[in-house]
Amino acid sequence: MITCRELYDFIHDYLSGELPAPEGARFEEHLAVCESCVNYLESYRKTVALGKRACLRDEDPVPPEVPEELVRAILDSRRRSG
Amino acid sequence: MLRLPSVDEKAPREPGILPAEEEAALVRGLRRGDAAAFETVVRRFGGPMLAVARRFLPQTHDAEDALQDAFLSAFKAFAGFEGGSRLSTWLHRIVVNAALMKLRSRRRKPEESIDDLLPTFREDGHAADHPVPGWRTSAEENLERQETRQIVRSCIDRLPESYRNVLLLRDIEGFDTAETARLLDVNSNVVKIRLHRARQALRTLLNPRFAGARTP
Repeated sequence: MITCRELYDFIHDYLSGELPAPEGARFEEHLAVCESCVNYLESYRKTVALGKRACLRDEDPVPPEVPEELVRAILDSRRRSG
Repeated sequence: MLRLPSVDEKAPREPGILPAEEEAALVRGLRRGDAAAFETVVRRFGGPMLAVARRFLPQTHDAEDALQDAFLSAFKAFAGFEGGSRLSTWLHRIVVNAALMKLRSRRRKPEESIDDLLPTFREDGHAADHPVPGWRTSAEENLERQETRQIVRSCIDRLPESYRNVLLLRDIEGFDTAETARLLDVNSNVVKIRLHRARQALRTLLNPRFAGARTP
């Protein structure tokens, strides 16, 4: 059976579906008997979800306003560059 | 006469995304060099693009510089925009590129090691903090709270830059491994390794907040 250390190394490939079947079976065999690794895997998954939801724009219905002077500077630069 | 979307019309549900017909009219205006079309693009897409730039460049002036660079690149390239992707998708890629260019142009300080944020193991292969406690609270539910979102974002900001960039590109901005590798000029294997380590490091930073806590 793989160790906790090996399981940690395989998490990315496991979650992205890139872990070959034999390693995937050993990964799940370990999870079946190791609550500590189940907890780590679940917290890793939640970390990814937390990062996405904390940053994605639908969490901020009002995007930051572009300062008017910056809008003007951008448009002026375009005019100057022809 | 072609109708360009007005800047004061009710915004679509997703910021920056325009109905296809309006977008087509806008693109035609851009190709003609119509000044009103350029202004509409800046006002309509600028806010969401600035939000993207800020994720890579926490300093406001850096993010605003990147936004300006992105629009100037876009204005030069509009003639080549063939509509194979949505305008918002095309501009998203351009502002990400501009933000990465800005990061590269800054004087680089030696990057902090990520090692202290990665899991460690005992000789028998168990995690050093075995048994790892579960995150008993539904961490996602707490994202309803602005404070929790700020904490997650500040933890992402604490990641070493080369790892943070991969995490932002893959998990937040939605680029795949190959696209991320191209944007960062590294190979796909480096992207996978950095992404895994960045997630592990972020998990380490968030762990005190969520491990076993009922009300983080």
